[in-house]
Parts: sequence; structure tokens; C-alpha cells
Amino acid sequence: MAESDNIVVETAEKIFADLADPQTINNDKKGSWQAPLWRALSEAGLPLSWVPDDLGGSGASLADGFALLNAAGRFAVAVPLAETMLAGWLLAQARIASPEGEMTVLPASPRDRITVDADGALSGRCRGVPFAKAAKHFALLAHARDGVSIALVDASKARTESGLNVGYDHSDTVTLDKVQPVTIKAAPKGLDQTAMMLMGGVARSLQIAGALESMLDISVRYSNERVAFEKKISKFQAVQHNLARLAGESAAALAAATSAADAIANAKSFDDAVYLEAAAAKIRCAEAAEKGGGIAHQVHGAIGFTIEHILHRYSLRALAWRDDFGSESYWAVELGKLVASRGADELWPLVASR
Amino acid sequence: MTAALRFDPIRLPEKCEQLRKEVRAFLAEEIAAGTFDPHKPNREDTDVPEFSRKVGARGWLGMTWPKKYGGQERSFLERYVVTEEMRVANAPTRRFFVADRQSGPVLLKYAPEHIKMDILPRICRGEICFAIGMSEPNSGSDLFAAKTRATKTDGGYLINGTKIWTSSAHIADYMIAIFRTSPPTKENRRHGLTQFLVKMKQPGIKVNPIGQITGQYEFNEVVFTDFFVPDDHVLGEVDGAWKQATSELAYERSGPERFLETYYVLTELVRAVGPDPDTRSAEGIGRLVAQLHTMRRMSVSVAGMLQAGKEPVVEASIVKDIGTVWEQQLPHRVRDLAAFVEETATNRETLERQLDFAIKTAPKLTIQGGTTEVLRGIIARGLGLR
Ligand SMILES: Cc1cc2nc3c(=O)[nH]c(=O)nc-3n(C[C@H](O)[C@H](O)[C@H](O)COP(=O)(O)OP(=O)(O)OC[C@H]3O[C@@H](n4cnc5c(N)ncnc54)[C@H](O)[C@@H]3O)c2cc1C
Repeated sequence: MAESDNIVVETAEKIFADLADPQTINNDKKGSWQAPLWRALSEAGLPLSWVPDDLGGSGASLADGFALLNAAGRFAVAVPLAETMLAGWLLAQARIASPEGEMTVLPASPRDRITVDADGALSGRCRGVPFAKAAKHFALLAHARDGVSIALVDASKARTESGLNVGYDHSDTVTLDKVQPVTIKAAPKGLDQTAMMLMGGVARSLQIAGALESMLDISVRYSNERVAFEKKISKFQAVQHNLARLAGESAAALAAATSAADAIANAKSFDDAVYLEAAAAKIRCAEAAEKGGGIAHQVHGAIGFTIEHILHRYSLRALAWRDDFGSESYWAVELGKLVASRGADELWPLVASR
Repeated sequence: MTAALRFDPIRLPEKCEQLRKEVRAFLAEEIAAGTFDPHKPNREDTDVPEFSRKVGARGWLGMTWPKKYGGQERSFLERYVVTEEMRVANAPTRRFFVADRQSGPVLLKYAPEHIKMDILPRICRGEICFAIGMSEPNSGSDLFAAKTRATKTDGGYLINGTKIWTSSAHIADYMIAIFRTSPPTKENRRHGLTQFLVKMKQPGIKVNPIGQITGQYEFNEVVFTDFFVPDDHVLGEVDGAWKQATSELAYERSGPERFLETYYVLTELVRAVGPDPDTRSAEGIGRLVAQLHTMRRMSVSVAGMLQAGKEPVVEASIVKDIGTVWEQQLPHRVRDLAAFVEETATNRETLERQLDFAIKTAPKLTIQGGTTEVLRGIIARGLGLR
């Protein structure tokens, strides 16, 4: 695991290590670990990392928040930390204060749309909204006739149908039918639904990269423990090569995700350069989740396929996170169109601009 | 935990971007002057001595080396930019590339002063070409099986045996080669190899061409018969070349040349599909660009580690592994997508010609510079598995 040299990440890792041990969580079928974990994270101000002090948050930098999400991925934590962070970030863009408690953002898919009626009420349907069922408030982006707005909505005003993603986490359908927001304000220039998807996609990329790091670690460890044919399976060349490929996928995911996070943290707007970074990260991390997760399971044999083993906490979540804020095929089409519209001679300058 | 892989998102500093502009302008001039055609990677002659000298005159060879040897004392990152711009433009770098990347740094580390003073400035001027003599007919991945003998004689060594797959040996002025000076020991089968500087184009060396499946001719068999190498051409420790040779390979691994060799087909595909592609082409291009971007960010990150004086052996091996597999698959993915390109695309002929060559090039990419299996072994060692 990468050494954390950052106080936000250190705090989070300590909390995760104490209260989100994957084996403890796995053994606890009732989910009684969730409340203490959330309480500890909240007391440390982590869910509102990206909310400035004057809006009720802890005002961490974008970079620190991204590093925190990477750490959350390494523990595959299943509480709405990333979602509340994104919600707080979105609200802060319109200078809306964040309330206490769990939040989530919507839409969580680039194809869903929320509209603002003439009287300011919100309508629309959003699928696959992570942790909507657990959220007390929604932060959402809505389209009005004269532009884009950001709103805070009381979750109880919307209809939420429960669903689960492949990682067994809540991924719900939220329907807004003329819901009056708590607050609604115009979004700043340049902050549109695409920007929000890119931001959400990078958050997911960092989580996937973190989960892959853990999958690599536990797979290497397992291969050094499991004995077959009278030797450790780590001594078989075929197993070594599989693990080398897993290391490659994990490294690629980490490089793509941290590069995109760095790009957003240092950019003034969601321009083409950020677009390339963020879209590429989501595409590459999703591919890594598929390839890398497959190898991790292969190395673990049948044991990794059991519900008792912690591997699935990482592998299934990494697979599930592919779907949020635009899948890899969605972003590949969009990125491909962008590249094509700029033309062949601009491709290398775009890549080399980073 | 075990795997501390980090790829910090370092950015190329501003002076690199300034340099990039200079390199692009230079390459554009050379293309306009007809020195080379960027759309023709399969051109007959990839060795263009006058181009090499012009690159040297710009100060773009031996960029990181001390000034007293003709270098520029610039950073790895600046060198990185020059390398990638040359590669993307399909510039004819055959004459100087190996010397600049690999042989020069080996001489800097292990050659006696008078040899450094003699040879390094000539490399920097783009005047001389190097070859690498590691592989032998029964020693490729297993470098330590090398048999070509260097037998001690008055004032030097007599060389007998054969090197094979030696790129550019037919045009090379020098070769850095490993020869067997002692038998391996029981405790250490890597023992007994020594690195030598060999002056080519002399009696006692015969270079026999070996054709390649691309239709080109780039590598050779090199036969030594009682060939004399003077004592001061021994590089480093006698019998201890294994340490040197393996660290030399680190220079070879993570650079932009390790994922850009077939890049030209991607540009040409984007040209062929035009500004408004169908969904399938758009998705295909998007994925390839995402993969390319990610590898390049990893590669830049490793260049940053080298610049910081680190030895990123595992990281560099990962970049080469992913990079060469990618550049190997690229022509096949592009071919698949090109099936949907309109008959009327203006560059259709160029694209088809390039694909033909890239598909023939692809099989070598995961072999040259260390096979994928060997690299994965190195990564596995880094993970603590061996
Ligand atoms: C275009 C090109 C240019 C080259 N230029 C040069 C040059 O300039 N100088 C030079 O010295 N060499 C050069 N080479 C040679 C290259 O370095 C060797 O081909 C390479 O090291 C592999 O050796 P080999 O061909 O003997 O294959 P082998 O070593 O016989 O390998 C055959 C197969 O077996 C696998 N294998 C072998 N050992 C193991 C193992 N322990 N575990 C798992 N798999 C294994 C290999 O990965 C490979 O798939 C060049 C090669 C090419 C293709």
C-alpha cells in the first residue's frame, strides 16, 4: 500500500483500519458496523471534505479528498462516503450549505435528466443512484429553460425504489415528481452534467484503483500461503505471471485515476484536457477491474468464490463502480467522438499535452 | 502490505513544452524537405546519416550526459519529450537511437576516460551507430547461457563465436557485447561474462544479414573469428557483466518507444473515420486513446522516478509489459475498426499500407528488449514471489 503522507488520508486509514476491517464486516451479516463507522467518519469531518468551512464542511483540498477516496477503495468501504463527498462538492459549487448526514448525488448516469418546472419544482427519474436509500438529502443537477441549476432536496420528498448493484450495495431508482427543493441556485458557468459525471467518474476510478491494490495484496499473500503439489502456488510460473498482470492492471488503474484527480485538482475548468484525463481514467479503471478482478479470483481458487472470503468485497465493488457516472463504453464513445471531431493531427498534441 | 506500486502524476515542466515545440518545428522542416515521410513507417532505409547529424547538431543526443563529453546536462524529462516526438513522427532514428539510449550510458559508467573522450562526443554529434551484442543462437532470454569466448592474449582478448539478432550490426561502428571470459561457477551461473566495446568493420568480424517477416532487414548474425579486442576495451568488471547488463536493460524498458512503435495506425484510423464517426468506431477509438493516455502517464511517471535518481525496476517492467502488448494489439484493433471505414476515405490506401506493415511488425514487439514472459518474471520477483 502506498504510504500516506497526508493527514486526511492518515485519519481515514486509521478509522477504516479500526472500524472497517473487511473480515469483521464480512462476518457481520446484520450490518451493525455501519453506524459506528459513519459516526467516526462524520466526527472527523470526512464526508464533507470538499465543503468549505463557511458552508458547514471541513474544507479539504480536492487533491486530499481524492486521496481519501483512493484509501476508501483500498478498504472497499460500503458507506456513502464518496457519495456524500460528491454531493457536498456539488452543492458548494452553487454556494449551498451542506446539511448533516448521508447524502448522494443525482443523476448518477449521464443519460438521466432532471428538469426544473416553471414553478421551480423538480421532476425526473434517475436510475442506479448509489446509496439513495440511505441518504437524508440529495444534491442534484437539474436542467431549467435558462440553464443548469444545483439543488438540495429532502430525500423523503422523492420516491425511491430499492435496488442492489453487483457489489450488494444500494443502487436505487429515484423518481422526482414535482418536488420542491430545499434550496436551488444557478450552477456556475461550465459546471454542467458532463462535468458532474467526470467528477463522479474520477471518484469511482480512485475507488476502483484502491480496490485493485488490495486485491493485488491479498492475492500475493494468498499465493505465498497456499500450498499445492507440495509447493507454494506462488512458485508456479503461471501463477507468477498472472500476478504480474494483476500488478500491471492495478498500476494502470492507479496511474490513470491519480493522474485524472491531479488534473481536476489543478484545472480551472472541465476543459478538453480534463475530459481526456477523466474519461480515460474511467475507461481504463473499468477495464482493469474486469481483468484484474478476474485474475485475483483465479489465484484464489474456489475459496475466493465463497461469501465468507473478503475477496468479493473488493472484486464485486470494483465491478459495480464501473457502472456509476457513465460506463466505460459510454465514455469511450464520447471520447472517441471528441478525438474524431478534433481530427487526426490533433490526437498526439492532445495526448502529449498532459 | 506487499505491493508498493506508485505512479505519481508528474507533469512535464514548462521548459519541456518549449523543447517540444522546437522538436516539432524541426521535424516539420525535415518532412517538408523530404528527408523522411511520416506516413511511411515501412520505408526502405531507416538509417539516414544526415538526419542523425542534424539531430546531433541540435543538441538532442546525449542530452543528459556531462558537457565535457559533448552532452547537454539536461533532464531525463527533456530527453523523454525528444524521444516521443521523434517516435510519433516516424523519424529515421536508427543510426543514433541505441547509442543515445543505452550504449552511451554504459560507456559513461564503465569505459576508461580516453575512450569516453573519444566516443561520447561523436555519439552526441550523431556520427556513430551502436549495436548491442547480447543474444546468441542458444542464448536469448537465458543471457547467461552465452558461449562466445573472449580468450586472454597479449594486450587484449581474442573473440570467437556468434552473436545473433543484432539490430543495426550492418551499419554499426561499435558494438557493446558480452563474451564469456570464464566458465560459470557452481554457486553462480551468472558468473564469467564480461562486457566489451567492439570496434566493428574490421577483419575478424563478419556480419551476415537476416531478413525479417516485415520484408525489412534490420538484424544480423555477427560471426567473430580470432577477433582482437584490446584490454582497455573491457567495460567494467571482468566476469561480472551480469550486474551491468541487467541494469543496462532498465534504460530500455519504460520509454515512449515501448508503446509507440505502431502508433501511426491509430492516427491514420482517426483520419479515415473523419469528424463524425459511427458509434462502433468512436468507441474503439475512445478505448485505444484511453489506454494510450494511461500508458503514457505511467511512462512519464517512470521518467520522473529516473530523474529523481530512483531505480524503478518493477515499474519500468510493468510499463514495458503493458506497452508492448498494447502496441502489438493495436494494429489488429485498428484493422478490425477499419473494416467500417468508407471506401471513399482519402487516406484509405495509406491506412491499408500502414496496417499491412504494422501487422507484420507486431509479432516482434513482445520479444525485442526482453520477452513478456521474462519481464513478468521480473515483476513477480518485485512482488516477492521468487
Ligand atoms: C526485432 C528484434 C531485434 C533484436 N535486437 C537485438 C539486439 O540488437 N541485440 C541482441 O542482443 N538481441 C536482440 N534481439 C534478441 C532478443 O533480445 C531475443 O530474441 C530475446 O531475448 C528472446 O530470446 P530468444 O529469441 O532466444 O527466445 P527464447 O529465449 O528461446 O524464448 C522463446 C520463448 O520461450 C520463452 N521463455 C524462455 N525462457 C523462459 C523462461 N525462463 N520462462 C518463461 N518463458 C521463457 C520466451 O519468453 C519466449 O516466449 C532482437 C530481437 C528482435 C525480435
